[in-house]
Amino acid sequence: MTRAHSDVLWRTLAAVAGGYAVANIVPVALIAGWGLARVDAALVALQLSFLIYAGAVMWAFGARSVRSAWMGVIVVVVLASIVVWTVI
Amino acid sequence: MKGAFRQSMAWLHTWLGLLFGWLLYFIFITGTVGYLDTEIDRWMRPELPVARISQTPQSTLASIQLASKYLTEHAQGARRWSITLPIDRNAPYLEVSWQLPRARQANAVTTTATAGSAYLDPATGAVLPTRETAGGQTLYQMHWRLHYLPQRASEWIVGIATLVMLIGLLTGIVVHKKIFTDFFTFRHGKGQRSWLDAHNAVSVFSLPFQLMITYSGLIFVMFTLMPLIVAPWYGAGENGRAVFLNDVFVPLAPAKASGHATTLLPLDRIVQDAQQRWGTAPISAIDIQNPFDVHARVTVIGDFSAGPMRAADLLAYDGIGGEMLAERPAWQSGPKAFRDLMLGLHEGQFAPPVLRALYVMSGLLGAAMIATGMVLWTVKRRQRAERGQHAPHAGLRLVERLNVAVVLGLPVAIAAYFWANRLLPVAMTERAALEVDVLFLVWLAMALHAGLRPRSQIWYEQAGAAALAFGLLPVVNALTTTRHLGRTVTEGDWVLAGFDLTMLALGVMFVGIAAAIRPKRRSGGHAGRVRRSF
Repeated sequence: MTRAHSDVLWRTLAAVAGGYAVANIVPVALIAGWGLARVDAALVALQLSFLIYAGAVMWAFGARSVRSAWMGVIVVVVLASIVVWTVI
Repeated sequence: MKGAFRQSMAWLHTWLGLLFGWLLYFIFITGTVGYLDTEIDRWMRPELPVARISQTPQSTLASIQLASKYLTEHAQGARRWSITLPIDRNAPYLEVSWQLPRARQANAVTTTATAGSAYLDPATGAVLPTRETAGGQTLYQMHWRLHYLPQRASEWIVGIATLVMLIGLLTGIVVHKKIFTDFFTFRHGKGQRSWLDAHNAVSVFSLPFQLMITYSGLIFVMFTLMPLIVAPWYGAGENGRAVFLNDVFVPLAPAKASGHATTLLPLDRIVQDAQQRWGTAPISAIDIQNPFDVHARVTVIGDFSAGPMRAADLLAYDGIGGEMLAERPAWQSGPKAFRDLMLGLHEGQFAPPVLRALYVMSGLLGAAMIATGMVLWTVKRRQRAERGQHAPHAGLRLVERLNVAVVLGLPVAIAAYFWANRLLPVAMTERAALEVDVLFLVWLAMALHAGLRPRSQIWYEQAGAAALAFGLLPVVNALTTTRHLGRTVTEGDWVLAGFDLTMLALGVMFVGIAAAIRPKRRSGGHAGRVRRSF
């Protein structure tokens, strides 16, 4: 496998799997603590998730290097998880 | 740095488009057809009379009386009845349907239907007999229910394709520096440059619609694609999901069948009570659970297509005593209303004729956006290969041929679906399923044609096939039914006439396309070089 191939592969993985994690946790962190009823909070999070997923995929392919693509995904997931953990 | 980002977005746009373009084109075409679903339903059931639509309280009451009389006589042991009232183009006919109890289904010795439905004459209550057909509904359902696949699988596949579409739109916006200049730029007859201009023009012109339709499409599948999001509030298991869904779609006074039979209250009282509560707002349907059980429940359903928000008031009644037990208002909360608005905008059921025409046009522009993008991909690489004097890559040759099979093969297959409706014997069993099989078999045939014929001929020949397949449909209709254009136009039957005229117009359009891309004879000289890009 050439370097270009492995670059695409790692970015795709960051986009698909990393993006899915980001899309699942970031909207929850954004909406947590607004005091909405839980059904409404969940609905807002669900409806935000696809925009965040799309953004994450664009990040994974647009980042300067594979390393920074993954770092971005990991940092965001960790930060959002901390927010969710403390607020909910 | 900014240039590098744009370049990587262009790369992403190109490859996502290549991988998902064909599926997305199928979704766009069948979805656009869906904006005319009930009109197609009518054409595929030519036995039905012109619809008589009414929202008056009197006609609603009369229709419900006729429907419940029919159901009492023909669907005694059913566990569920439903009555759909002819209040608008979304439901132009009085229709009753029923489901038999599960136990009886299991013990059924013969293959008798476990469910049934019938169209009734709203004046007399008599059954309006029609042929068995998959209809406009099945054609429209393919849009998200990839016909032969299980529902969950197709939701995932269509959902992922929709997310790709959203990324395609967003990356497309990033790639284009000058949205407004692009809109006014079209360089005709310049090969690759013209395809790019066309791709930009249709995309920019219809961008707001494409963003709306793609984002709202994702809202339809969000419960399937993102099941974990609700976990922080509801817990991770299936149980938490069930509780969440019960919070979103609050069940109305549910009750299990008791097994003790009794007589159902005449529906008049319930209908009149609902009408009193709702004033002039129409009732669109009535649902009766366990009609002859002590625990009978009657749900009166408001109009889901009254506005762009796909939501309606619901009232649940005790079917024996007649008391109202519970109600669910159309507006539950802001976040729920936003979802309902997205669903309503996506389906466009509320749209009056002019807006509906705009929906159809926007959908076609979406399909054109995808098709021009897919052609652009091949034209670019074909030119590069010819300039570099090297043989075109196998992938390029495959994509060139698949593009024809999808972009023109699918319309031909849809026309064949309509032909099948008219040509398969009316009394045939499994007729509806066969209509759909014809669609996919013809599509397969078009793919074989695109694979086997010379490359310079395939666009032209398939455009010709589409011209014949659509243009001759009114003739086939005239030869196989009594509802030909001469009669439908003079009698003012505009749904049937409109379908035939649309098919004629599509036929003429494909003649135009075929004429425009007609391959030049060898003696045509250097003009052949441009044509080769097809």
